[in-house]
Amino acid sequence: MIEVGTVLPEKIFYLDRALLKAYADASGDQNPIHQNEEFALSVGLPNVIAHGMLTMALAGKYVTDWAGGSAHVLEFSARFIKPVIVPADVKTDLTVSATITEVVGNRIKLELSATSAGIKVLGMAKAVVTK
Amino acid sequence: MINPDSVGRTFKGVDQVTVTQSDIDAFAAVIGETDTTVAPPTFSIRISLSQYESILTQPEIGVNWSRLVHGDQKFEIFRPVIAGDVFTCSATIESLRVAAGNEIISVRSDLHNGAELVVSAWSTLVVRG
Repeated sequence: MIEVGTVLPEKIFYLDRALLKAYADASGDQNPIHQNEEFALSVGLPNVIAHGMLTMALAGKYVTDWAGGSAHVLEFSARFIKPVIVPADVKTDLTVSATITEVVGNRIKLELSATSAGIKVLGMAKAVVTK
Repeated sequence: MINPDSVGRTFKGVDQVTVTQSDIDAFAAVIGETDTTVAPPTFSIRISLSQYESILTQPEIGVNWSRLVHGDQKFEIFRPVIAGDVFTCSATIESLRVAAGNEIISVRSDLHNGAELVVSAWSTLVVRG
């Protein structure tokens, strides 16, 4: 049902160091805080962290899966409030869900929830889609 | 320090960036998207961020890229990005403020394919003091 207040099913993505390397290559963002643990620790981070834009790209995949493909997104925004921490040899979760907050014709506004290890990582995450 | 005179100004990117199918395929593969007829919604950030880096680090603006953290991101997508798009990218510095020793810069990039505006993207970038 597409009506305001509907909560969409949760989906879990898994991130590991290999995915961060793949995103670095695909996006061109080779900042070592996303790949090199020693470097990440040296700048005061708890471990290697995922690119905020990788987190947002995965949340975007959640949105486009629901909306019917990448062509259906008109607006997409998020605040990077906490990093997704990606230790070596472990898979870290990114758990995404959404609530329909507005329906105007075929334009649907979603408010997204994105957490990792139970901690909210994206704030004010919203998308406007056509479906 | 970022030059406060840069606020409100629009800087043109120096490069034209051609989107290739292999660029889209690589980006889509990372997030598990198998339909690559159009680019995923956040794909254009790879163009905006690289153009920001070359524009904002110019001495007349003075952003220290090595101390940069991405604060937030917004996209308005007027049509999906596709292979063969040739983008010029501008950067407009919309605001600059200092909080807790960090410089917080809001910048908008408009990606044009010829005269057609395809994506507008707003980024808040934090230069850690």
